[in-house]
Order: sequence, then structure tokens, then C-alpha cells
Amino acid sequence: MNYQAPTTIEGAVSLLSEASGNTRILAGGTDIIVQLNGEHIDPDLILDIKRINEVCNISAENGGFRIGAGVSCSQLTEHQGVMDLWPGCAEAAGLIGSTQVQGRATIAGNLCNGSPAADSVPALVAAQAIVRLIGPDGIREVPVENIPTGPGQTSIAPSEILHSIFLPSTPSRSGDAYLRFIPRTEMDIAVVGVGISLTLDESDICTAARVALGAVAKTVLLVEEAGAALIGSKIDDNALDQLALTASAACNPIDDKRGTIEFRTKIAGVLAKRVALIAAQRARERVTGRIGEKS
Amino acid sequence: MAKIDRLEKTDGFRVVGTRPDRPDGVDKVTGRARFGADTFAPGMLIGKVLRSPHPHARIVSIDTTKAMALHGVKAIVTAQDFGEVPRAHKATLHNVMAHGKALYEGHAVAAVAAADVSIARKAVKLIDVEYEILPHVTDVDAAMAQDAPLLHEDNFTSGIDPKPEKPSNIDSFSEFGHGNIEDGFAKADIILEREFTTEAAHQGYIEPHACLATFSEDGNSEIWCTTQGHFLVRDTCAALLDIAESRLRVTASEIGGGFGGKTVVYLEPLALALSRKTGRPVKMVMSRSEVFRATGPTSSSSMRVKIGVTNDGKITAGDAHLNYQSGAFGGFIAMLGAMCAYACYSLENVRATGDEVLTNRPMQASYRAPGAPIINFAVESVIDELAGKLGIDPIDFRLMNAAKEGDRSSYGPKYDQIGLVKTLESARDHPHYQAPVAEGQARGMAVGFWFNFGGLTSISLNVNTDGTVTVSVGRPDIGGSRAAMCQMAAEALGIPYENVRTIIADTSSLGFNDTTDGSRTTFANGLAIIRAAQGAILEMCGRVAKIWDIPQDAVEWVDGFAKPCGPNAGDFEPMGIAEIARKTAQTGGPIAGHHEVNAEGAGVSFSAHIADVKVDEETGCTQICRYTVVQDAGKAIHPSYVEGQYQGGAVQGIGWALNEGYIYGDDGIMQNPGFLDYRMPVCSDVPMIEAKIIEIPNKGHPYGVRGVGETSIVPPLATIANAICSATGIRMTQIPMAPPVLLKAIEEHKKG
Repeated sequence: MNYQAPTTIEGAVSLLSEASGNTRILAGGTDIIVQLNGEHIDPDLILDIKRINEVCNISAENGGFRIGAGVSCSQLTEHQGVMDLWPGCAEAAGLIGSTQVQGRATIAGNLCNGSPAADSVPALVAAQAIVRLIGPDGIREVPVENIPTGPGQTSIAPSEILHSIFLPSTPSRSGDAYLRFIPRTEMDIAVVGVGISLTLDESDICTAARVALGAVAKTVLLVEEAGAALIGSKIDDNALDQLALTASAACNPIDDKRGTIEFRTKIAGVLAKRVALIAAQRARERVTGRIGEKS
Repeated sequence: MAKIDRLEKTDGFRVVGTRPDRPDGVDKVTGRARFGADTFAPGMLIGKVLRSPHPHARIVSIDTTKAMALHGVKAIVTAQDFGEVPRAHKATLHNVMAHGKALYEGHAVAAVAAADVSIARKAVKLIDVEYEILPHVTDVDAAMAQDAPLLHEDNFTSGIDPKPEKPSNIDSFSEFGHGNIEDGFAKADIILEREFTTEAAHQGYIEPHACLATFSEDGNSEIWCTTQGHFLVRDTCAALLDIAESRLRVTASEIGGGFGGKTVVYLEPLALALSRKTGRPVKMVMSRSEVFRATGPTSSSSMRVKIGVTNDGKITAGDAHLNYQSGAFGGFIAMLGAMCAYACYSLENVRATGDEVLTNRPMQASYRAPGAPIINFAVESVIDELAGKLGIDPIDFRLMNAAKEGDRSSYGPKYDQIGLVKTLESARDHPHYQAPVAEGQARGMAVGFWFNFGGLTSISLNVNTDGTVTVSVGRPDIGGSRAAMCQMAAEALGIPYENVRTIIADTSSLGFNDTTDGSRTTFANGLAIIRAAQGAILEMCGRVAKIWDIPQDAVEWVDGFAKPCGPNAGDFEPMGIAEIARKTAQTGGPIAGHHEVNAEGAGVSFSAHIADVKVDEETGCTQICRYTVVQDAGKAIHPSYVEGQYQGGAVQGIGWALNEGYIYGDDGIMQNPGFLDYRMPVCSDVPMIEAKIIEIPNKGHPYGVRGVGETSIVPPLATIANAICSATGIRMTQIPMAPPVLLKAIEEHKKG
């Protein structure tokens, strides 16, 4: 097994295109090291991107933020700008593993690992995040929901490296939130995860909403019907009931050690309601200037 | 004879009852402490185990040719490398290494020693095993069916007269009780009969099994390992490899948790066999997955409980039947469960019967009060339901029927001085029970029993030449016991805690010591230490008598000093232990005390638990908001570590109640062999557990000590089930009460 740690993205891309056999790109390593130790993977090349400075930063861009592939979850949750603009995304990153794990783990890695239960992915999908991939043919920009294609699988080509994830600007009176269900209180993996991003107008009517579900299908789902259930409403009980119904209806989960089909389907609706209320509250608070206030 | 401070006391303690820092604390928080995997030897090889991928399969052949041909592979052992063993050790040997059949997924089939871990891993994969796959059974009730796949064709249920004609998966039957059940139920106004199931829970110690074995050319051998009982490791390995006990020295490492699970050998005989074959030291460490798949969790179960009561709250009869699944080899856990079933109650008519059931799962191992929490869940659930039907406060109902001194216990013996009533009263009067239940929460309680044990004990106590004292004990310290040992020695000798050091001696340094289990260590070691101190004191008084040239009975021992007494009182300045120790060369040589005993009189104990819970009725998730343990310690030598035992047992019980459990697929393979999906509680899952120590002295110990380590895991399952019932109106009869299970019950309840 060969280990390489290039210092430029060009260097990384060229190492990757020259590589034969099985390659794994290492960012935080919180999945890959565990998979290596558990003898689940046996790569020929480990390509460590943490020495590439440009992927280890969060930078402001067009009113949003570009999150480098090497940025740890802790960097994200400690970044006031991201916390203010996309608190749901930051919170999702703050749920991955433990405090120690978050010091290493990245949301880019969380996405590339391809788990349907990845905590940060539903929040990123709801946020309309855009992924920047760099390969031998240049840059490719892809909506985050198009990255996962199945458990452990993504649409990223073997010759491409995930460079960064862009979180866009939002209209005023927008809010997002993420909740997951786990039987414990932390250090666990989502049985169901729900990310919602929405925008309200001056009379508190929802004008835009994106609802994403994790751990209820082979990939994270963007559920348009669920978003539609909120749009045009004041996030009232009727809209919330409709949200829950559409969210549950979109589920296509499996029975496994973490939860039953019946349970996951039901919980998706329950959580969607709770997440929508938090996102709406945040959208309303945006105007009153309480953005980013930590509770 | 010199006069000594009264040896037995229940008050006036100087060191006992204080809370000094534990002697092993600094090394543990700095990382200096050496655990099972932390030792190395020159020329050391690494051993790995090939485990069966099938839950039940005949081993047709094992071909090691390819593996042995791999560069760096030094030896492979299989069942063929072990000879005949005494009958008592047969199950252990066949569990350590499959003989003819693999009986569970994860059962060891071969072991490799190689130059490094990656070679060993590769070699394991190169061993060709041909299996004939057999039908399997992992469920306790399914294993008892007439047409169930049979694990052992020669297993005829013991405990039944006459002996059964056909073999079965029921290893043994046991029965306890007295009076006449039918008469008792005839007197009852209300009779409740309920059925319950529980899933297997693992002890979940953080440190996996690990050892280093060295077999020398001269036939002497050594093992370093993580264990609760290194004497047991020595005797078992000696029997399995047919070597003299004197030729094998076992040293216990620091231990990263045991909870009963490290009272069995797994790797040690394999490492020793590999070392014997290669002439090199062999180190072996299990992965977490191996720990789950190949070491013993406790039983899963199905149970039936029937209790009759009069309208004024008197229990007239209690009946129970337990089916405990004990994995591929039988044990005695169903028997222990049956003994504990009704131990809290004073009953005229009582019966508890147990079947120990074999399945294609790893061999069951002890887990903290083995067998008791399972049946306690069933009995205390029915007791709680009866209290509700009668409209009597649950603690009052238990008090009305509580076992007292002089009562005949449900498992046979008459109770000596016991603290159940005081424990229940203290729970009733506790601020937690007196406080109103918070909005959105609900409360439950239960009470539990455990025997506690004594057993074979050998200790030695040496007075060093500077007057400090070293105590050598033969039981690994799994819960802070070294602090308690130092305290009891300091108390008996009348010297400061800081001047006593306790070590865990190896198996060649002391006589046989029973394993650290059964909550015996502070009781039995402590008893021996106090007697050994008495021996050293007598010797010291004798030496001083010699120096002063007065009769030995004119010297008394007071607060760490020899003093002239009687007609010689005041003739000499008192002489302290340091001065006596300095003069040993002139007075007859080193001073020591020792004591060997089969310690009897370990006092039983009771624990009452109170929980306030909040149930999220939309998700089925239960949150523990407040939790209190009230338990009788006899005498708490080091109250902080007693409280720690109460809290630890409660937390493990909470985990078992809510989320832990072995999950098997139809293929008989464990699906959650890791801490991600075997969901033990994390710190944020539990509130601060309030621990209230009751002290009803145990007459069997000079200071009144009872065991404290196990009783605290007995009541939590029922306590939480009873609280969930208060919250939702639903009587859960299944453990774990995980969110999917509870949510389903809530929805069915709402439908009516």
C-alpha cells in the first residue's frame, strides 16, 4: 500500500490519474482508517489531501461559503459565518461521531463515504449545496444530491477529487435545520435524518422549501412533494401534517439492526415536522437580528 | 498473648469510611498503567484465531498447508493439538477450540502464530476448512422444540429424575421453593400471570481480551493476561495443556473492565499452545468483533411469572418458570435466576423452576449478578402491576411482603441480619421518591437481590523495614479494591492509609484465590487482611516485649503503637511500627502476617431503584431524567467506590433495559458485533445517578462488609419498565424496550 500526501490540487489530480488499482482519498480518515483496521478495504494507494492548503479553508464567496474538502466538522461548527447562514448544516456536522472525531472528520468525506445515513448530507441537500470536483479535464460543478448513487457509491469519477462544497447565499427570512433520530443521545448513526431549508415572506408564508431525508432509502432523498407541502402555507398544522405524510410516503427503507421499515417511515414524518418548525423559527428570527445567537 | 484493639468493630473507624485517592489512579489517568495488550517480549510472535463463519457446522477437514507455507508463519494449532482433559474442563476446551463441530458463528477453529499481525491475518485466511453446514438455532424457545437442531447428541437434561430417554438442548433443570403453590393460589383474591422475554446483553468491557504466553524449553511457562482471576487461568490452562500448576505462573495485568466476562479463558490456552509449539512468546489480542462473537454475553430468556395476592396486599403464592439460553455450552445461570426470583419476599408458598437451554450462540459467561436481573424484570413487573391493581404504593406493597431476618428465603436458607426493610424505607423517604413527579415525566421503582460470595482466599502482609506495609492479594482489582484493601490494613494496624501499598501478586506467590467475582473481594480479602494484620500485630508486640524484657501479655497495641500495660503500664515510651521494623534484624527477622481461609458468611444485599423517565410518544424513545439507587453495603470501606459500583450497575442495567441486545439474522449470524450497533449507553444518555448507601453490618465480616458490586444491576430493567408503564399505561414484557418496539406498543395501545 502506497501513501502519498501532495501539497497542491494539481499534484493530487495527477497522482490520481497515474494510479492503477484501488485508490482511496483520505481527508479526516474517520471512515477510511476504521475500514482499513477492520479489513474492509485494501487500497493500493492512499491519497491524503490534508496538506493541500486550498482545500483546508472556509472562504466567503458570493454571499455564501466555500468549504474545502479538508475542512473538519469542528472548523465548520466554530465558524460564525457558516453558523449564521446555514445553522442546520453546521449542526449536522456537529452530530457526526464524537467531539474527537469531529476534529478530524470532514463533510466532504461524509459525502464521499456514500452512506445513506450520513448526517451532513440531508442538510447540504436542503441547502442546495454545490460540489466542486476537479479531474484531469478540469472543474465540474454538481448539485450535492447528485453525488450519492447508492450505499457506498457516488457519481464521482475515479479520476476526480472533491475539491470543495459551496453553500450559497440565502434570501432574508430563510432558515434551515437538521435533526436525526438515534436511540442514544450522541455517538450514534442516524436511523432517520431530516434536513429542511425554507424561506418565508413578510407575512410568514413559506415561499420556498427543500426537504431532504437520510437513512430511509439507498441514497439521501430530496423530497419535492414534502417541500411543496410547506410552500404557500404558514407552516401550520395542516401543512405540517401534509409534510409528514409526504415525507413518510417518500421513504423506501430497509429493515435492519438499526430500525424497521415501519419505524423509519413513521419517524421520517415525525422528524420532518419538528425540523420544519425549527427552520421556520430561524427564518422568522433572521429579521429580528438574532442570527447566530447560540443557545 | 498481647492485647489488641478490638478487631471487630462497627464504629470508631479512623481510615475505613474515608475517601482517599485510589493507589492505581494516577497511572490509569496518565496512561502508564499496563493492561492486557501492553506487554511485549523479545522474539514475540502474534497469534490470530480462525473463527467459524457458520453458526453450526461439522468440521470435515482442516488443511493448513497453504497457511504454513506463508513466509513468517511459525505454527498453527487446532483441536488436534489438545489431548484428553478431565471432564470438568471439557466444555472449556471445546469452547476454546472447536472439536469436530463449530457450534456458533465465531467459534475458534484454528489459531496461527506468525512474525507479525499482517502475516497472521493473511495466514488465517489461507487455512482451508471444509464445513458440512448443519441447521442452527439461536432462539431460546425454538431450541427447546422437539424438532430443534441438536447441539450435543449426548446431552441429557440433568436435574430430572428419571433421566430423560432422549437427548435435547435443555442442559439442566433446577427447582427451588417451599410450601404448596396450589394452596397459596387458592387463598389469593387476585392472580396475575404474565410472560416475558429478554435479549442477551454483553458485559461490554472496554478492554478486549489479551494475553502474552511464554513456554520455555525447560517446561516452565508464564502468562500475562487481562482477567478477573489469574488463579483460574492458571488451573484451567494447566489442565488443558496437561502441565503442573507449579510450572505455570500467571500474572494479571491491569484490567479494563470485566463485569463477570473475564472469568473464563479464551485466548490463553491457544497462546500457550502456540508458544509450546514454537518456543517463542506469543501475544494475542481480540478485536471488538471477536469479543462480541466469541466471548460470553449473558443469557437471553423467556419466562412465565404467576403471583397471587389477597385484597389487603398479602402475597399468598409466587410461581415462576425461566428458560435461560446459555449458548453452546451449559452453565448454571438458570439455576441462579431461579434462586433469585422471589428472594426479596417473605412467602409461605413459592416455587421457581429453570431450564438451562443450549443454542448456537457463544457460551454464556457471568455478567454482574448473573441471572438475577432477567427474572427480576419479570417478577418486579408483576409485583408493580399488582400494587397498581390493589391501589397500594409500590414501596408500601413491597414492605408489606418484604423478607426479614429469620425468614426462610425462597431459595432455601434462613436469612441472617438483612437490610431489605431499611433499604425500602430509605427509598420511600428519599427526597427523590418524596418529590412530585415533574411535568411530562413518570416514575417507577423496583427492588433486587443478590447473594454475594466469599470463597478461597490467601493473602500476605509484610511490614517493611521502614515501617510501611505491603499487602499481597490474589484477586485482580476490578473496581478500586486496592484502595479498600489498604484502608482495612491501615485501620487494623493503626497506621496511615498512605503507609500501606497493596499489590496483586502472581499465582506463584500466594495460595489459590477464587476469582474476583460474586462481589467477594472486599469481603473475603478484607477479612483475611484484618486477620493477617492481627498476626503481624501479635508478632510486633512479642518483639517489643523482648526488647523491653517484659512478658508478652504486658504489651498492648493501640493506634499503631506497642504500649506497656497492666503492671508495666507507663514503664516505657510507646514504640511505633517504624521503630519496631527498624529493629527486626536484632529481634528475630522480618515481620509478616498472612491468612488463608475459605471465607464464609458473605452477607446478601438488596437494592431499591427509583427512576423518573420521559417517553417521547411519537418516537418511542425513553429518556432517563432522574435515577436513584438505595443499597445496603454492610459497611462502605471507601464510600466513593461503593457509590461508583451502584452507579455503574445502574448504568449497565439502563443500557440493557433500553437498547442493548444481540441481534441475529435468520442466518444465525450476529448482526451488531460492534459498539456502533450494540448500543451501550454513552455518558449523555444518563443523568447523574444518585447513590444512597445503607449500612446494615454483616456479622460475617469484622467491619460488617457486604459485597456491593453486583446487586445494583438487578433492579434497573424492572425499574425502567415500571416507569414506562406509568408514563404510557403500557406494560412492556420485552427487553430491550428499544424505540421501535416501544413505539409499536404505543401505537397498538392507542388503537385499543
